[in-house]
Amino acid sequence: MRSWLNRDALLQAIVLLAVVAGMVWLVGNVQSNLERQNINSGFGFLSERAGFGINQTLIDYTEDDSFGRVVVVGLLNTLLVSVLGIFFATLLGFSLGVARLSRNWLISKIAMVYIEIFRNVPLLLQIMFWYFGVLRNLPSPRQALSIGEAMFVSNRGVVVPWLEAGAGAVWYGVAFAGVLAGGFWLRRRALKMKLNTGQASRVWRPLALLTLALFAVAALLAGVPFTLDVPYLKGFNFRGGLTVIPEFVALLLALSLYTAAFIAEIVRAGINAVDKGQREASAALGLPESLALRLVVIPQALRVIIPPLTSQYLNLTKNSSLAVAIAYPDIVSVLAGTTLSQVGQAVEIIFVTMMIYLSLSLLTSWAMNRYNQRMALVGNAS
Amino acid sequence: MTDPVIRISNMNKWFGTFHVLRDINLQVAAGEKIVICGPSGSGKSTLIRCLNRLEHHQEGHIEVEGVSLDGSMKNLESIRSNVGMVFQQFNLFPHMSVLENCTLAPIWVKQKTKQEAEALARQFLERVRIPDQADKYPGQLSGGQQQRVAIARALCMNPDIMLFDEPTSALDPEMIKEVLDVMVELAEDGMTMLCVTHEMGFARQVADRVIFMDEGEIVEENEPEAFFSNPQNERTKMFLSQVLSH
Amino acid sequence: MSAQTWSPKPARPAPANTVGFVGWARENLFATKLDTALTLLCVTLIVYTLEVVFGWAIIDASFSGEDRKACLKQVQGACWPFIDAKLGQFIYGRYPEMERWRVDWVFAIGALGLVPLLMPKVGWKRANVIFMLGFYPLFCFFMLTGGVFGLTPVDTTDWGGLLVTLVVAITGIVGSLPLGILLALGRRSELPIVRALCVAFIEIFRGVPLITVLFMASVMLPLFLPDGVNFDKLVRCLIGVALFSSAYMAEVVRGGLQAIPKGQYEAAAALGLGYWKTTRLIILPQALKLVIPGIVNTFIGLFKDTTLVLIVGLFDLLGIVQLHFTDSSWATPETHITGYAFAAFVFWVFCFAMSRYSIFMENHLSTDRDKES
Repeated sequence: MRSWLNRDALLQAIVLLAVVAGMVWLVGNVQSNLERQNINSGFGFLSERAGFGINQTLIDYTEDDSFGRVVVVGLLNTLLVSVLGIFFATLLGFSLGVARLSRNWLISKIAMVYIEIFRNVPLLLQIMFWYFGVLRNLPSPRQALSIGEAMFVSNRGVVVPWLEAGAGAVWYGVAFAGVLAGGFWLRRRALKMKLNTGQASRVWRPLALLTLALFAVAALLAGVPFTLDVPYLKGFNFRGGLTVIPEFVALLLALSLYTAAFIAEIVRAGINAVDKGQREASAALGLPESLALRLVVIPQALRVIIPPLTSQYLNLTKNSSLAVAIAYPDIVSVLAGTTLSQVGQAVEIIFVTMMIYLSLSLLTSWAMNRYNQRMALVGNAS
Repeated sequence: MTDPVIRISNMNKWFGTFHVLRDINLQVAAGEKIVICGPSGSGKSTLIRCLNRLEHHQEGHIEVEGVSLDGSMKNLESIRSNVGMVFQQFNLFPHMSVLENCTLAPIWVKQKTKQEAEALARQFLERVRIPDQADKYPGQLSGGQQQRVAIARALCMNPDIMLFDEPTSALDPEMIKEVLDVMVELAEDGMTMLCVTHEMGFARQVADRVIFMDEGEIVEENEPEAFFSNPQNERTKMFLSQVLSH
Repeated sequence: MSAQTWSPKPARPAPANTVGFVGWARENLFATKLDTALTLLCVTLIVYTLEVVFGWAIIDASFSGEDRKACLKQVQGACWPFIDAKLGQFIYGRYPEMERWRVDWVFAIGALGLVPLLMPKVGWKRANVIFMLGFYPLFCFFMLTGGVFGLTPVDTTDWGGLLVTLVVAITGIVGSLPLGILLALGRRSELPIVRALCVAFIEIFRGVPLITVLFMASVMLPLFLPDGVNFDKLVRCLIGVALFSSAYMAEVVRGGLQAIPKGQYEAAAALGLGYWKTTRLIILPQALKLVIPGIVNTFIGLFKDTTLVLIVGLFDLLGIVQLHFTDSSWATPETHITGYAFAAFVFWVFCFAMSRYSIFMENHLSTDRDKES
């Protein structure tokens, strides 16, 4: 036993030493290489003037802003495309997963064909297909496809009418939040009442009344602070409205369609993992199909679905970095692309990029572990 | 004899092209206890699963408490809530506590309050002798305990008829008795029961009629005394000699 | 008293409308009114899709021609002559035409070694593995780069197309397997420092997108090396890809290690085997066999991910197709779509075949287990 312990300690010491020595060697090389090539080091560049434009910014940004702000702009763009991608992929993926289990043979087969096509073609190819193959091939703004003379689709992207919010719009935001909170409260109250008195209580009618009342109050307080901004063609491009750049459309489309195929398989496996006897037992108790799904099948399926689903969400976020191939200004594109080529500090820039993704990942897996621990507390029958 | 609560006439069922139930005729009176036995694959489970329409028959007629079971019926749920069922594999809901398993259907189907449903559930858990396990999850219980919870769960709906589909087949030998004891008590209280089982002792003790099935049809039915001591049919004799010899 | 004899009633055929095609269709297509409506909707959708796809790929397509003029009809479908003219490029890249037989040999020997390896029934697995992991890589290296045995040297910058796709994918998987096994063992090790290092490596590489690893390999790696030492870009990408996939491979292998019952370790310890012998002789052979489907799935992911090398300036299949869009003698409105359709089809065939193989192995292994138990 003792000799084993000693051997273990020795082995660990050797491994540690080797790793440290390797690190020292690499850092030494980097330093001498940087000196020789006259490249600065450190993160000072983050406060320097960036000097390039970005074609989609969620916060105010001009060429005179710093590289630090570029990081924020890029990160926000990554988050925007990821969050929307997750939303659409989930919607489509759950529909496909349920369709795959449909009693209707044709629906099930159509879902299968979709899944097999989209998950077996590289995502990058799909992104480039949508961007170079479809969106860039659309007519120019002058020949744009028009939907009701208000929405235009051209090779410059999609232009849609937009509500320009003025002062006082915040009251409408408050009203909206109030409706959401009211909805949650009404649902909870309905469930409580159901459990306490056996009586169902109304949810939708009071919610509709609440919505009306809150927005009426907002209108009284602030009037109508919105102006509708309808795009129109002027010269070679559109003015007004909200322009969704084709890079964003292509990336969002490809990410959603690709990830949906994987989510569909996860959903299918999750629902299949719920024993057939569970539905039979619910039916034998007289629960209608819809209640059996809501109270028995879905809660159990979700436990199987959520962990792999989370890792798909993470994959989608990481895959949004393929934006760099079509120059959508995500974090990789603006940082490891444009900024790197201007500043040249590869080590720092790649490090920052990786750290951003790494922290997103670690945060998610931390949350996931918490979830799994909570689920483990609740007994699981075989 | 009172009006039968279950009436099956000339019922036939196929799984695809396989003829599983052949010309079944059976009437069950209120309060009657029926034990169905037979070799595996004889269609006995399928028969009782047709009674709450977990399986659909293709020919003939099934009537439960005066309501005919067919494709066009609207109140399947109300029939099902009057017919309790206990499965071989228990089929408890693993994500709910024992108490929640028992209160689920009373709350959502019978519109009882949580308080009423829980009082009812505790009463039945007491009756199946596991009142102290109410807050555990099914995964934390033994097989015998789980099956007793399943019985309590079915009883919470105050059913008129109970169907048992091989309730002891998945249990270790020492747990069979605790489940059978509960079933005997239930029988003594006058519940109408249809029970698929190979527990011949149970059949002798509580059954009003024993039915022997093979190849999808009812081969023989008789009172237990006559059925065991003097089977009329060679096939029944052979089956009994095999079942009773061990 | 004589007992009655009993003979079962003869089985009757099921009612005609519940069996055969009619029964199947009633059950699966027209069970309810809603199902009927959905079925009709689906049929419409399928007919429309097929019409569009066939119309584009066959009816309105051009099939022969020397340049873009062949693909400028009024209603133009796919421009297949573009693929025909560029096929050599798509497979070999700029690999000199005179030397392409060398690539063919590499493909052929690879296929010859791989097919029996993939079939569970064929024996000689050990010899085959040694051949594929020992001899074959050397063979590929010398054949493709040349410079020995009288073969003309071919610079890796001239490699391209499917050749690069396969080289990156296969080197990635072959390189990541041993590293992944070591990492998986390390992660399950009882030595805290070794375990921590392995966990850190795995989680870092799984936490970042491949593209950042490729950027690191192509931009940062040269800085990490002493002055004067440099690999070419392809090798740098191969290193990046192998490190990246080894992290995923480690998690796959770990799954296999966890599935090995404790009794196996105890039995080996009872026989007096040490850690490395136990691992090498008892645990790994079983664990690796269990995770073959997982390895294949990792490979599918890696195969699709090879396309990312085009972002750092290598020309894999997708990269080379993209590159040839700039050829003005083939500039037509349909060139892009045709090129992407071709590349998508090639990738799809590889990935779909592999995913079927993975499912086949999963079933095969689970029946094996049933037989054993």
